Amino acid sequence: MTPGFADPVADSQACFRTILDVMARPGHVRSVSGITAPAPLCDAAAAVLLTLLDHETPLWLDPEAEAARPWIAFHTGAPHGASFAMALSLPDLTRFPAGTDEMPETSATIIVQVASLTAGRAYRLEGPGLRQPAVVRIAGLPDDFASIWQRNHALFPRGIDLILCAGNTLTALPRSVSVTKA
Amino acid sequence: MKGYNFAYLDEQTKRMIRRSLLKAVAIPGHQVPFGSREIPLPYGWGTGGIQVTASILGAGDVLKVIDQGADDTTNAVSIRRFFARTAGIATTTATADATVIQTRHRIPETPLREDQIIVYQVPQPEPLFRLESSRVETKRMHGLADYGSMHVKLYEDIARFGQISISYDYPVMVNDRYLMSPSPIPAFDNPKMDMMPALQLFGAGREKRIYAIPPWTRVTSLDFQDHPFRTINAPYPCGLCGATDSYLDEVVTDDTGGRLYVCSDTDYCSRRRGAAE
Amino acid sequence: MAYVAVKGGERAIDAAHDWLAEERRGDPAVPPLGVAQIQQQLGRAVNRVMAEGSLYDPQLAALAIKQAQGDLIEAAFLLRAYRTTLPRFAHSKPVDTGAMRIERRISAIFKDLPGGQMLGPTYDYTHRLLDFSLLDDEAVAQGPVAEAVPEAMPRVPDILGHEGIIEPDVPSEQEPGDLTREPLSFPAGRDVRLQALARGDEGFLLGMGYSTQRGYGGSHPFAGEIRMGEVSVEIEPAELGFAIDIGDVVLTECQMVNQFQGSKTVPPRFTRGYGLVFGFGERKAMAMALVDRTLRAEELGEDVTAPAQNVEFVLYHSDNIEATGFVEHLKLPHYVDFQSELQNVRKMRAERGTPE
Repeated sequence: MTPGFADPVADSQACFRTILDVMARPGHVRSVSGITAPAPLCDAAAAVLLTLLDHETPLWLDPEAEAARPWIAFHTGAPHGASFAMALSLPDLTRFPAGTDEMPETSATIIVQVASLTAGRAYRLEGPGLRQPAVVRIAGLPDDFASIWQRNHALFPRGIDLILCAGNTLTALPRSVSVTKA
Repeated sequence: MKGYNFAYLDEQTKRMIRRSLLKAVAIPGHQVPFGSREIPLPYGWGTGGIQVTASILGAGDVLKVIDQGADDTTNAVSIRRFFARTAGIATTTATADATVIQTRHRIPETPLREDQIIVYQVPQPEPLFRLESSRVETKRMHGLADYGSMHVKLYEDIARFGQISISYDYPVMVNDRYLMSPSPIPAFDNPKMDMMPALQLFGAGREKRIYAIPPWTRVTSLDFQDHPFRTINAPYPCGLCGATDSYLDEVVTDDTGGRLYVCSDTDYCSRRRGAAE
Repeated sequence: MAYVAVKGGERAIDAAHDWLAEERRGDPAVPPLGVAQIQQQLGRAVNRVMAEGSLYDPQLAALAIKQAQGDLIEAAFLLRAYRTTLPRFAHSKPVDTGAMRIERRISAIFKDLPGGQMLGPTYDYTHRLLDFSLLDDEAVAQGPVAEAVPEAMPRVPDILGHEGIIEPDVPSEQEPGDLTREPLSFPAGRDVRLQALARGDEGFLLGMGYSTQRGYGGSHPFAGEIRMGEVSVEIEPAELGFAIDIGDVVLTECQMVNQFQGSKTVPPRFTRGYGLVFGFGERKAMAMALVDRTLRAEELGEDVTAPAQNVEFVLYHSDNIEATGFVEHLKLPHYVDFQSELQNVRKMRAERGTPE
């Protein structure tokens, strides 16, 4: 089994600041380091899991990523459930809790592994965190992702938050951001 | 510090707070409940801000702590020391040099940048608490975006005083959805929150709530078309640096009505004086 | 210039702490107070600090009392701030107060009962006359040694339970909530309410409990039983599969028996109010039992009209660490807010033409 963070305190802090930064600036792409991911996870996804999960955070793991289960269980102790999800392709968002109007924070955060965050289909993002609408390129999302996302965005303040990972890079799409085809 | 983790909090507590912070950022202005811990400082003295700061701080950060805009007020000194002691990180009084700024009651005059985070200490996160004391009820009101009672209160102010009588902790709407307490900053500082390049995080330890405003987010102070939001400041230049654009503290100089108005932001004031010399 | 910028906050804080230490020690000609002395001789203070500090450790509680110069809320705060940093190794199994090694047990509802009444070390029938012999550190007469408690002492409400005349106390299958990990939310279950009350301020609970006796949400209480003594704490490590005894704690338990009219679906029967605190804390256990019962008003279909029946009000204001922090924070600088109010009032007065 591959190890977790070499320096758990410092590495998880650095990774958290990266996640916080991309959640606050949707679509910005940042990279993580200091980890060797277990197959089939990419480094960024593995780092996010180590940073955010523990025995208090139920996780839904994509059956396609089953090979990584022992690693996740050993390093995080996350039980089975759906406050977080780790997926190798975008799952059906409506299967996950979107929170309630009074407690929108009880929604799921889904970590999705994609092919690239620098090449691929162009999307236009707009919303809090963006001074002006930004265009990002993402490869590996479904063809109708923009309309899937807009249905999620329309639930605001309810809704799912996404963390997208490719290799050692990551970005985020909080529910507050609007996504259209560019 | 021996016997304690980096930045005092244990890693599991940090993870719990970090998860709450991410939800807070994703739902701008919404108060996220969190499992606030006891901190070796009293509730009401910045325990929420301290927990947020402790959860984001890394060895490379440079921390500035202010209270009433000043770096040298005793509680600011005490909190800065707490982090210097438990995290061994660099501290500064210069707004421009800080990566993380923890504040009580002010936003610095020097505009903040995209690579900075400001952490507010919040005594009472519920903007509706004077109108509705039950948190079960206020939670319902936020869920429905039912903010009519706040508008009625402001309107009654105008009927009674000819203007809105709130001068600090002036309620704001975040991203046109959530009514939010900006913490007890003077209304003078409210406009700085709107489309601020820096990430704004809010921690209320005793009330166990965290909330956030992402960078470049619309923050508007509640008002009416015929009674637009106005800020109030003492109508003088700073008695020390001459600034006319900074929020002023009033210092009593004698017992016969003598007053000196000086910048509440000590870093801003001393920098201006340094530049003038 | 008269104005001097408030510099040197750091030096002022250091000097204040040095002064405090000197004051804590008092006159060096008087021998210093040992932590063991506090633990042995100020036991009721130690118990209160353990209860409100939510940490059962008499030695650390005694240390906190010494460090806080006997300020018990400050001492409880020291324990809480220490407690929050401790890792959790295990959760204990529920303690069995029915198997308590009894030091005191009284019932106000039956003259005699299995196990009998047992007065124990109580102030109840002391005449409150200052005992000047304590000024001279006189030797204390040895108390008589009781014969071993001969029989089991069933809990009084359990005795009533056999008749079905008191509501059953059904064990819950659910994991109890934990306010130290999850913030309070509503509706708050009885598990969480009891935890909040057990950590709550004795004075607050006393005042709230008292108010119920004066008509603010009364519930016709009888002290069914108060018992104090040691119980065993057990944990069941997953790798062992059976429970092991890890030590003893002293607890005070109070079960109030309250009248209940009954409803269309429930025949008239008695209801319960429950209090449990660390150490010998009879006053608090009784007050807690009163408040626990009044907080059940809604679930029992009673009108919620009094402060002690308002779950949100009681739970949000019972914690003295939270309360003391926020009340005392008013001494922190508020220059900026006050200045904004000052300018606002001046402006409004000027606009109204109020003469200076």
